[in-house]
Amino acid sequence: MPSPLGEVARLREALTSGETTSSRLVDAALAAAEAVGEDLSVFTHLRHEAAREAAAAADARLSAGRARSVLDGLPIALKDNIVQAGEPAGCASRILEGYVSPFDATAVARLLEAGAIPIGRTNMDEFAMGSSTENSVHGPTRNPWDRDRSPGGSSGGSAAAVAADIVPLALGSDTGGSIRQPASLCGVVGMKPTYGRVSRWGLVAFASSLDQIGPFAHTAADCAVLLDAMSGHDAHDSTSLPEPPLQTAAGLNGDLSGRVIGLPREYYEAEGADASSLECVHAAVAALEGAGAKTVPVSLPHTRYAIAAYYLIANAEASSNLARFDGVRYGHRAAGASGLTDLYERSRSEGFGAEVKRRILLGTYVLSAGYYDAYYRRAQKLRTLLRRDFEAAFESCDVLVTPTTPEPAFRLGERADDPLTMYLSDVYTVSANLAGLPGVSIPCGLAGGGLAAGLPVGLQVLGPPLADAAVLEVADAYQRLTDHHQARPGGSR
Amino acid sequence: MSRIDREDVERVARLARLRLSDEEAAEMTADLDRILGYVDLLEEVSTEGVEPTAHVIPLATPLRDDVPAEELPPEVAVANAPASEGTAFAVPKVLDDEAEG
Repeated sequence: MPSPLGEVARLREALTSGETTSSRLVDAALAAAEAVGEDLSVFTHLRHEAAREAAAAADARLSAGRARSVLDGLPIALKDNIVQAGEPAGCASRILEGYVSPFDATAVARLLEAGAIPIGRTNMDEFAMGSSTENSVHGPTRNPWDRDRSPGGSSGGSAAAVAADIVPLALGSDTGGSIRQPASLCGVVGMKPTYGRVSRWGLVAFASSLDQIGPFAHTAADCAVLLDAMSGHDAHDSTSLPEPPLQTAAGLNGDLSGRVIGLPREYYEAEGADASSLECVHAAVAALEGAGAKTVPVSLPHTRYAIAAYYLIANAEASSNLARFDGVRYGHRAAGASGLTDLYERSRSEGFGAEVKRRILLGTYVLSAGYYDAYYRRAQKLRTLLRRDFEAAFESCDVLVTPTTPEPAFRLGERADDPLTMYLSDVYTVSANLAGLPGVSIPCGLAGGGLAAGLPVGLQVLGPPLADAAVLEVADAYQRLTDHHQARPGGSR
Repeated sequence: MSRIDREDVERVARLARLRLSDEEAAEMTADLDRILGYVDLLEEVSTEGVEPTAHVIPLATPLRDDVPAEELPPEVAVANAPASEGTAFAVPKVLDDEAEG
């Protein structure tokens, strides 16, 4: 029996019983996106008319008893780097101002096929480079729990859209934690699937060996529904796994007996980690044990090198991927260029923000003659060692449970001028990308004391490659035991 | 000792087709120097004999039948171009520019 938790099941019932309609859901989502969303800068674009038309069509199907899937008629938000035909895809960058995608990302095409209705595009760090959604040409998104704080990033708009109950579902992308970290900071569930699970076709590339599209929702059960609908091989992406679509939602049964959970000591000993957040994580581990899971200590000895390896690899790949933005085929073109090189240089210099330039420069530097072995190749070797750490750990456990971030949401502007400190906030999330693992962040309580009191804390569940179902099963089981996923900004509902 | 100087940054910026203002070049030099300083952490680890990982899944070059696939029609492909002529992307003159470098 599928998990009883979640908005998809609840809304499905309300749609089937006639208690509501897709048109009403979509209208409400658009209204909330305009009211709350504008206040928090959640969306970069809303598609009023197209979404309402799609809702009317969904209602016609529903009243004829021909729902396409459990997602038929449900509103969803898309991060601004996942393209939909006929819609802008700006990646929160000046260089893509005015760009309208001529095609659907495969993940989007599959959700449209299932009947889901994208209502708009969410704010993000420019080209997904950032952990705070402050590096956006549209300005920062605010955290629904405290508008002076960051929602995390780079998928901060999608996390905030779900946290503020504008939409029940959203998509993001995760290159070093860009789904899990904002999910943690906004008190929602966010999942990065195994590398290759979801086609990257139509995801604007940042670091191709690390990027994955994934879902946001209030529950693991809802994320499972989205993942099932999006997953499966795609001939357009040769790095998509040669596997059929997943069927994880049907397998969620809340059973933790016999499940072995590894607790990697390096993730519990970070300097400067928030003590009250860690208390929430320990309480969550105790709840999992109480429900029959067994825990074992494990070690991932190369964890302290993950950030350094990640930033070298991700930015090397980014410097190559972002070469395509040259003012010729799409996006911003500088006026009055005197020749082709001048056109490239001026268009790129005007079009990219500071963090993107910083990363392109770093990536170009570490790939340049004389530095390749010292930086890029060494980082790739560290990547091998990090993968081996996980392989060894998963010999003694089924999944790992860790904090998602060292601390809850930080203040807007607090780290904006300090790129290195910002990078270090991804310490618990980047390894999963380097090793290609599935990972999910679920809310596990509110921080207790001090300046961060009342802010959501995230619990991360990581699994070996391909174990997407296992991480969702553990996350869903935890959510059946607790009600932290029902907490909302400004009090429980 | 600094790991990267202003001249390096300007060389890399040229490679990356970015033009930096004086202020930007100074800031980027300081930022990159700090980041590269942090990255030196990796030198602690012996990577002797360790194979590098470029990709986490084994990738074979996929083959497909040599038949035309449905692609974007040219007029759609140029629709986003800041300047186009017919179904071509329009750019400033190229030849002078190449003589430059």
